[in-house]
Amino acid sequence: MSAIVALPLVWPLCAAVGAFLAFRTPRAQAVISIASSVALVVTAFVLLAHVRAEGILVTQVGSWPAPYGVSLVADRLSATMVCITSVLGLAVAIYSIDGVSHRRRAFGFHPLLQLVIAGVCGAFLTGDLFNLFVWIEVQLTASFVLLALGGERAQLEGAIKYVTLNLVSSALMLAAIGLLYGLCGTLSFADMAVRLERASPSGAIGAAALLLFAAFGIKAAIFPFFFWLPASYHTPPAAVSALFSGLLTKVGVYAMARVFVGVYGGQLAVLRDVLLVVAALTMVTGVLGAAAQNDVRRILSFHVVSQIGYMVMGIALGTVLGVGGAIYFVLHNIAAKSALFLVAGVIEREQGTGDLSRLGGLARTRPGLAMSFLVPALSLAGIPPLAGFVGKLLLVRAGLDARAWLLVATALVVSLLTLYSMAKIWIGAFWSPAPEAPVLASPRRAPATMHLGLGAMVLVTILLSVLAEPAVALSLGGAEQLLDRDAFVDAVLGTRAEVPSP
Amino acid sequence: MHVVLSVVVGALYAAGIYMMLRRSMVKLLIGLSLLGHAANLLLFTAASPQHGPPPIVPHGAQAPPTGVADPVPQALVLTAIVIGFGVVAFAIALVHRAHQTLRTDDPDQLRSTDR
Repeated sequence: MSAIVALPLVWPLCAAVGAFLAFRTPRAQAVISIASSVALVVTAFVLLAHVRAEGILVTQVGSWPAPYGVSLVADRLSATMVCITSVLGLAVAIYSIDGVSHRRRAFGFHPLLQLVIAGVCGAFLTGDLFNLFVWIEVQLTASFVLLALGGERAQLEGAIKYVTLNLVSSALMLAAIGLLYGLCGTLSFADMAVRLERASPSGAIGAAALLLFAAFGIKAAIFPFFFWLPASYHTPPAAVSALFSGLLTKVGVYAMARVFVGVYGGQLAVLRDVLLVVAALTMVTGVLGAAAQNDVRRILSFHVVSQIGYMVMGIALGTVLGVGGAIYFVLHNIAAKSALFLVAGVIEREQGTGDLSRLGGLARTRPGLAMSFLVPALSLAGIPPLAGFVGKLLLVRAGLDARAWLLVATALVVSLLTLYSMAKIWIGAFWSPAPEAPVLASPRRAPATMHLGLGAMVLVTILLSVLAEPAVALSLGGAEQLLDRDAFVDAVLGTRAEVPSP
Repeated sequence: MHVVLSVVVGALYAAGIYMMLRRSMVKLLIGLSLLGHAANLLLFTAASPQHGPPPIVPHGAQAPPTGVADPVPQALVLTAIVIGFGVVAFAIALVHRAHQTLRTDDPDQLRSTDR
């Protein structure tokens, strides 16, 4: 039954190939893309059910035994991340049926979307560091094209910054891989965990960790590596912004959790303090950057950065509560953040602009859209009873347990500032009187498929709030499993055939 | 041999970063490409503790003789070279297209997305 671990990679890759073969018929591409997304959602949830029932699932590709072959590993954290990825992928695919211009769809938008999803799923499921690099590159190369597709001036500018910084990040990651292989003689996460535990702390181990910190930090857009993100995320179509904000930075966060918590473990006393400081600075700089913006998607781009700070905080604390809080926070953030970007896309489609000074009165004319904005926005700011509040509560409790008073205070103040930003969009676009000179004399109506995709992500946000208890239990279970290195090593290296889940 | 390779890696990193810091997108590409080579060579140098014959098992033996080269770093470098080649090819196309659209080669002129 462990073959199911490879299925989340098979669907999107096959769909990408199939859709590229149907290059001349954009409609067929969309059908293939959506069919694959549905299959992926089903597969992901079946995989999660299996992982919860049977513990960590491992597939050795080509039947080469670990650590010599390539392992695909699904533990609770990976399976959960694949689930939320699949849901977002489906929502974005549906939203893109009419939400992306015809020319972009004619030039392979859907196959590229599937390639990004394949890369992200691969990064979540891989069992060794080098394949993490490879899958990140798959996801990255497809995202380069998605970002530049359309060739508008702003897109090309954003793409150059995005491509440059991400290539630097890949080069740093390769250097770290070289050092680690020289130190350990292996790249499998499980095998590395065993060898690093036995190794005496040395400068080279720390150097490799810092290189990885910089590489993952650029990908996750943490302070001071985040400037490429606000420069590029508001330039492509909103569907692409939603996909990127939901998935790409989170892969960086996941990589940090997997490598620093799941592999390095106790070898990282130095990096822990660095991470805590960086987490606080990321929260603050992101939210202050947002306060200075006046365009819906630019404000949201800076908030992507700010929210990453909370996740890094949880990972840096390194307790079950902290890491579990970070996992739950990631789930909620993927849903809420992408929903907000999709709302921004609907506003831009209907009103012709995302500039707050030229918007207004939407609460009266489009009450449904206003509610679709309000729920994820309040959740992002951490208003109870929504999911964002639960996530922040977990993280704050973990921070108080670790006596990181200053960090907790920062997290709470940044929550207030987040509320200020969300209120700014709310007042500017929805609450204020209609603008004197609207961009479009008569607003268009966005197609139903766009609302369907948007509604799906709002629904996920609400579900995470209503089902907070099982979702938190799942996240904490994922954190326990991630911190339990011995069980992971046993499952992958096969000292015992089956490891019961804790 | 290791000393020579280490010096070359350092020189490549230095040259790559220097080129990336110059105010030209074409030189940025050259810098990125050099940086990729530096990373590949570092991977190869750091991960190969010894140079030796290929790891082939002689007739009748159960294991290769001691002192053979480790094939894994070479496989990793090969993969990284291919990925790097593809990504740099894309970056060249992107810069070409950007130059057509933006009519400039100076990265400092790319300010419209930051305001």
